[in-house]
Amino acid sequence: MAESTHKEAVAGKHEVHTSTGAHGGEQPQFPPFNTDTYSSQLVWLTLTFTLLYVLMSRLVLPRIGEVIDERRERIRRDLDTAERLKSDTDNALAEYEKALSDARSNAGAIARETRDKLDARVSKRQAAVDAEIHDRIADAEKRIQATRTKALASVDEIATDVAGAVVKKLIDADVSPADIRSALSKG
Amino acid sequence: MAAEGHGHSPIEQFEIRELVPINLFGIDASLTNSGAYMLIALGLIFSFLYFSTGGRSLVPTRLQSISEILYEFIASTVRENVGAKGMQFFPLVFSLFIFVLVLNLLGMIPIPGVTFTVTSHIAVTATLALLVISIVIIYGLYKHGIGFFGIFVPSGVPPALLPLLIPIEIISFISRPISLSVRLFANMLAGHIALKIFAGFIGLLLGGGIWALLAPLPLALTVALTALEVLVAVLQAYVFAVLTCIYLSDAVHGAH
Repeated sequence: MAESTHKEAVAGKHEVHTSTGAHGGEQPQFPPFNTDTYSSQLVWLTLTFTLLYVLMSRLVLPRIGEVIDERRERIRRDLDTAERLKSDTDNALAEYEKALSDARSNAGAIARETRDKLDARVSKRQAAVDAEIHDRIADAEKRIQATRTKALASVDEIATDVAGAVVKKLIDADVSPADIRSALSKG
Repeated sequence: MAAEGHGHSPIEQFEIRELVPINLFGIDASLTNSGAYMLIALGLIFSFLYFSTGGRSLVPTRLQSISEILYEFIASTVRENVGAKGMQFFPLVFSLFIFVLVLNLLGMIPIPGVTFTVTSHIAVTATLALLVISIVIIYGLYKHGIGFFGIFVPSGVPPALLPLLIPIEIISFISRPISLSVRLFANMLAGHIALKIFAGFIGLLLGGGIWALLAPLPLALTVALTALEVLVAVLQAYVFAVLTCIYLSDAVHGAH
């Protein structure tokens, strides 16, 4: 049944079907093939699509593109900044390491220097003390020597005196001390 | 079939109804439901894309990221199919895609007695397809001059075969706008007819006494078909955009 009405509709293609006519119980022609509606469709399609194209190409798409580009740019810049900061950090770290090793070697040098200085002072002082001790020893030896010489000299004198006295007692003769001394020194 | 007898013909939904009669220089330019749907689509597209990106936030809001995803999606489609030189056509492809997509999807929102799918009319799809092909031909001739017709001469083919192949290439070129427009038109039309018929069965069975027990079957089918139709609506818009890109690629790059 439906097919027959459809055929009728196709057969009556040249009949003008106003859109309101479809409600009048009259079977409509297959709407997409109703050429009467083409002009209004085309007019509105042209109008709306042209407007859409203009709005999209002039306003909307540049705006979205701008935002996306801006974001991409920003991300790139941020990555660059991060990269730079990272290299800065690396440099700072390397500098710190260098400073640390410098300080370490400086500390070693200072310690060595100090030790050397102290050593030098100690040895100087020791040398001074040694010299003093040496001097004193020499002094003391000199004094001992003098005392001994003096003592020995006194021994000669005493011996001469004793010898003179013994001779006098024994033979009751006065012998001059010079003779006694030479006699003694011969013996 | 009897459902049609109740005045709910599955093709009734494709009818164009005049809303405001307008006559421009003897041409019928009446605002119809089709024109109104186009205006609504235009309004929706523009206001969504314009106001969702109003914040221009570096970290996009949800709506802004939808706009950006659409933008990036079409931009990458154009870049892949036409190349960097084809980016001058990006606004055209984007407009075609979003227009067809929104019109297809608007046709999926059921409003009794109102719902209309602009893209289920061959006049609309054919016009869009002719627009694409005209741009391909005009830009191709402008860019490559007469050498543009080199696209009809396949390279690396023995000359003896050329008399056979050139007509085939020409026919395939001419059939492009036809396939472009008919594909979209037929998909939208058939899908909506199928939906309407199965939905009609529900009412028919419910009114048929004991047969009402079977009514959930076409209902389930209608739900499934609706999901399928939404997919088709999106897919066809994408197919339209991709094919546009492929045809534009001929115009940009010339003979292959």
